[in-house]
Amino acid sequence: MMEHLLIAPVVLPALVAPFIIMVLRHHLDLQRIFSLASAVLLAGITLALAAKAADGSVHVYELGDWPAPFGIVLVLDRLSAMMIVLTSLLALPVLLYAIGSGWDTRGSNFHALFQFQLMGIMGAFLTGDAFNLFVFFEVLLIASYGLMIHSGGTRRFQAGVQYVVFNLLGSTLFLFALGTLYSVTGTLNMADLAVKVSQIPAEDTALLRVGAVMLLLVFAIKASLLPLHFWLPSAYANAPMPVAALFAIMTKVGAYSILRIYTLVFGPEVEATAGLTESWLLPAALLTLGAGAIGVLGSKKLGRLAAFGAIASMGTLLIAISLFTQTAAAAALYYLVHSTLAAALLFLVADLVMERQGQWILPQLPMPQTGLISALFFAAAIALAGMPPLSGFLGKLLVLDATRGAALAPWIWGVILLGSLVTIIGMARAGSLLFWKGHGLPAEDPGTIEEPPVGTLPARPAQLPFVACFGLLGGLVALTVFAGPATRYAEATAAQLYAPSAYIDTVLGRTEE
Amino acid sequence: MELLVASAVGILTAAGIYLILRRRSFPVILGLSLLTYAVNVFLFATGRLVTGAPPILNKYEEVAYTDPLPQALVLTAIVISFGMTAVVVMIALGAYLSSRDDGTAMPVEADGAEEDA
Repeated sequence: MMEHLLIAPVVLPALVAPFIIMVLRHHLDLQRIFSLASAVLLAGITLALAAKAADGSVHVYELGDWPAPFGIVLVLDRLSAMMIVLTSLLALPVLLYAIGSGWDTRGSNFHALFQFQLMGIMGAFLTGDAFNLFVFFEVLLIASYGLMIHSGGTRRFQAGVQYVVFNLLGSTLFLFALGTLYSVTGTLNMADLAVKVSQIPAEDTALLRVGAVMLLLVFAIKASLLPLHFWLPSAYANAPMPVAALFAIMTKVGAYSILRIYTLVFGPEVEATAGLTESWLLPAALLTLGAGAIGVLGSKKLGRLAAFGAIASMGTLLIAISLFTQTAAAAALYYLVHSTLAAALLFLVADLVMERQGQWILPQLPMPQTGLISALFFAAAIALAGMPPLSGFLGKLLVLDATRGAALAPWIWGVILLGSLVTIIGMARAGSLLFWKGHGLPAEDPGTIEEPPVGTLPARPAQLPFVACFGLLGGLVALTVFAGPATRYAEATAAQLYAPSAYIDTVLGRTEE
Repeated sequence: MELLVASAVGILTAAGIYLILRRRSFPVILGLSLLTYAVNVFLFATGRLVTGAPPILNKYEEVAYTDPLPQALVLTAIVISFGMTAVVVMIALGAYLSSRDDGTAMPVEADGAEEDA
C-alpha cells in the first residue's frame, strides 16, 4: 500500500478534477471544498513522500508493473520530493487567495483546471521517462491555457493566443528532440538514456548532440531564458494574478528539467556533450537577469512588473544552474524555493493592489487597507530583489559564493549585484508611486474614493486573500529562519544529483533495495 | 524512400514555420498543424524505415519486424496535437471575436498610459 503513495500526487488531482466538472458543476461551494481538500491532502501526501526520500534513498514506481526500461516509471528522489512539496505548498495559499478574492467565480471550471494543472506539474516532477515528461508537460500546459484565459477579456485572449502558439512550438521542438534521442539510443527512460549515452562511441555522437541541444532549447523556453522569454511578460501580466502566482512554479519546471537531464543523462562526465551547454547557457542566464531587472524598472503596469521580477529571479537561478557544479546546484535549489514563493507573493500582492486601484503604476488616492497592502508589497519587493532580512538575500549570497571559482566570476558578480540594484530601484519606484504619491493628491469628495476602478469590492473586505499572502510570507520567513536545515537538504540533494549511479541502478533494478 | 520521407519532413517543417511567421491566427494554426504532421512523420522514422513488416516479435521464427515504440509515440503525439489544435482554435476564435482582429501580435498602442488609469 505504501509504495502506491508515490503515484498519489498524480492520481488524486486527476480524480478530483473530473469529479468537480461532472458532479459539482453547479455547486461552487462544494467545488471550493473539494478543491481545497485535495490541495490539503496533496500537501500531506507530498510531505510524507519527502520524509521517505529524505534519507537519500531512491524510490521507483513501475506503472503496470513493467520493469524499468520497457515501462514508464515514476521516480522519487530528494529533488523530486522537494519540487512536489514546493508545488503543493504553493498551491494551497494560491487556491485560498483565488477563493477569497472571488477569482474562481469569474469564469467557469477554475477548480477543475487548477487540479489538472497540479496533476501535470506533479507528474512532470515525478516521472523518470523522457516521453512521459513530454506528456505531463502537455497536461500542465493544456490546463494552463484554460487558466490563462480564465474570466476572458480581449487582452487576455490575445495574450493567450501568443502563449498557446509559443508553447505549441516548444512542444513540437520537444518531440523533435525526443525523436532524435530515441533514434540514437533506442530508449527514452532517463536512467537507461544515461547508460546508453555514455556507451556511444565518440564518432557517432553528432545526432546525440543535436538532440541534447534541442532538448535544452525546449527547457529554456519553459524556463524563459533570454532569447526565448518573449512569451512570459504578456502571458503572466494578462493572466489572472492568482493563476500567474501558480505559474511561478511552471518556469521552475523548465529549470528542474535542465537540472535533471543535464546531470543525469548528459552529465558533466559525458564527453559527447561536454561544454555544449555551459558555454552559452551562462551568458544567456546573465542576459536574462539583466533583461528582467530592466523590465522591472520600465514597467508601467503592476502585472508586467511582477512578470519581469519573475524573469529576473529565473536569471539568477539559471546562472547558478548553468555552472553545473555541486555547490552551485545546492545554491540554485535553495534559491529556487525562495524565488517561487517570492514571485507568487508578488503576483498576489499585485492582485490586491489591482483589485483596488487598477493595473497602472500611477499615483492614486489611498485605497482601503493601504497600510497592510503596502507592507506586503514591501516584503515581496525586498524578497524578490534579494535584500536582507528575507531568504532572497541568503539565496543570492549562496549563489555568489558558489560562483567564486568560476571563470566568468567577475561578470556573474557584476550582473547579479547590478541586477539586484536595478530591481530594488524599480520596486522602490513602483512602491513609492503606488503607495506614497497618492497621499499628496488633492482629496476628492469621499464618495468617489470608495469606488474602485476595476472589479468590485465586497462590502466587507475579504480576509482570505491576506491569509494567503501572509501564508506565503510565512514560508519565506521560515525559509530564512530554518536556512540551516534548508541548505543542508539542498546540499544533500545536489550531492545526490551529482552521483547519479544510485538513481540509475535503482531504476533499472540492478541492485536489491 | 528515405529521401521521400526526409524531404516530406523538411518541406512540412519549412511550410509550417513560414505560416507561423505570418502572424495571423488562421495561417498560424495551419502552420502549427503542418509542424505537428512533420514531427509525426519524423517520429515515425526514428524507428528506422521498414516496409511491410509487422510491429510484433515472433518467437517461433526469425522474421523482420518494425520498431513498435515510435508507432505508440506517434499515436500519443497525434492525440495531443489534435487536442491542442482544438484548444488553439477556440482561443484564437475568442480573441478574434472580442477584438475583431486576427493578428497574433499584441497591439502595442494599448500598452501606453493613455488608457484610463
